[in-house]
Amino acid sequence: MRNPRTGWLLLSPTLIILLIFGFAPFIYVLVVGFHQWNVFAAEDGLLFNGLDNFRRLVFDEDFLHSVGLTVRFAVFAIGSQVVLGFLLAQLLTRDFPGKALFRIIHTLPLMVAPIAVGAIWRLLVIPGFGPVPFFLDRWFDLQYQIGSYPDQALWTSIIMDIWHWTPFVTLTMLAGLSSIPREPVEQAKVDGASRFQVFWYVTLPFLRPVLLTTVFIRIMDAIRTVDEVWMLAGGGPGTRFTGIYIWRVVFPRTDYGYGSSISIITLYLTIVLCWLLFIAISGRRKGDIE
Amino acid sequence: MTLSLRQRLGRYFATYGVWIVMTIVTLLPIWWMFVVSMRTRVELFGRPNLALSRLFTENYINVLTDSAFQRYMTNSLIISTSNALLVMALALLATYALSRYKLAGSDNIFFWLITNRMAPPAAFLLPLFIMFTRSFRIGTWTLYDTHIGLILLYCVFNLPFAIWLLKGVMDGIPIELDDAAGIDGAGLFGVLRHVILPLAAPGLAITGILSWVFAWNEYLFAANLTSVHARTITTGLAEFVTVTGTNWGELAAMSMITLIPSAIIVILAQRYIVMGLTFGAIKE
Repeated sequence: MRNPRTGWLLLSPTLIILLIFGFAPFIYVLVVGFHQWNVFAAEDGLLFNGLDNFRRLVFDEDFLHSVGLTVRFAVFAIGSQVVLGFLLAQLLTRDFPGKALFRIIHTLPLMVAPIAVGAIWRLLVIPGFGPVPFFLDRWFDLQYQIGSYPDQALWTSIIMDIWHWTPFVTLTMLAGLSSIPREPVEQAKVDGASRFQVFWYVTLPFLRPVLLTTVFIRIMDAIRTVDEVWMLAGGGPGTRFTGIYIWRVVFPRTDYGYGSSISIITLYLTIVLCWLLFIAISGRRKGDIE
Repeated sequence: MTLSLRQRLGRYFATYGVWIVMTIVTLLPIWWMFVVSMRTRVELFGRPNLALSRLFTENYINVLTDSAFQRYMTNSLIISTSNALLVMALALLATYALSRYKLAGSDNIFFWLITNRMAPPAAFLLPLFIMFTRSFRIGTWTLYDTHIGLILLYCVFNLPFAIWLLKGVMDGIPIELDDAAGIDGAGLFGVLRHVILPLAAPGLAITGILSWVFAWNEYLFAANLTSVHARTITTGLAEFVTVTGTNWGELAAMSMITLIPSAIIVILAQRYIVMGLTFGAIKE
């Protein structure tokens, strides 16, 4: 009675759009990554050069530097978000007057456009009238200027990311915490487990799938971060993350072949990173059972 | 478990202590932007004053009466709204197909959908730029700098999560209802309109709202795939800094205006934001 052909017909507009705008660009990047193609080069057009782009990439200090920065950014930002988000979620599991309002205020940053997040933080740290440099100088005698000190720019980006995305972790952790059955927790308490033991042996294993999903999504997003950091520091030193580096190679320099190979490697690194994390977390789980 | 009065008081203090600190940390940056938007350039410099001194609305008036800004705003409204409507329509058809028909390989399709969201967007910029400027060309017309280009492109980012979110809703609608309507003589679109649409409406609304805000917030593609006619509000915001560089009051006013939809959506769709951001993997 239900003809599969009708089903495919209903699905086809979605598939066509995703094939053209999602899949085709992906294949395109894969092909161009193995070619030399620079609009400013003597010969225009694609020139197959095998793995040359990838060889160049391994020795490209700017690229390696950008990967280092991105990793530092992701590790510190996501680490803080998970710890903070978990603690706040613990707080929100209790009922207290004003909880609904707190949730609304706390969720606000999530929906703010990344470019506006960048604008908000730029106004905070701008030399001349931003309160952050002024009060740091006044109270701690600290010279703060993200245009001159790469480390400060990196840390400002990290703090901005924490401000922006901690609510996300809080909300996912809250969803995870509220789905934990009460019995095992009560049982562990009856058996005399300390609070830390309850957390480590009961809560955490139950929370693992949610934690894993959250961290995956955050890693994917952190590696993709461009907008807000661009708005904050304009691609200045200390904030040249991989996403921004790809953009610089592709657009101002029009080195299309090389830009594509960096894209491939970045995508590959994202997958490897998530995979390693997955193994690390599920590996510990096996250890627990034995 | 009974707690002594002292413990209970301590717990209240701890809870509200955290409540107050976190609220200040969350709102202070936004408040500062609001304060900046209410000041003239001269008032900004000197000792930063976090209090609102007076209601100075000229920045807002300047921004709102600026023809370029009006165009950006209209473009953003057109693109986000069309994208949300398109995503809702396509996702409704797609999830109906995935839920009601036995399609070979539909599990793989389902998985493939989500991978579209994983890649770094900067990686896709180049091929999309070339597609937009060269591949889709009819005479002198190209997809570059058009509304329809961005509307279709944003589907790549919004459709996967829309389908993940709606699939559950669709599976929850009993198939018997379709069949009953079919016996009463309703065709496929009759069933979709009179049976599925009313029942899926709440889920569809959430999908539309979240798609809308993602399209409204997007910057990177809009910045690189448009130049004059289809420039969006986020791009205008970023341009503000590089072109004029100094008029911070107006920049702040413009950012505040961009924030309004976000604030409304947080209040409207609060419970579904997590579901949207995790492809429905985590539900509240």
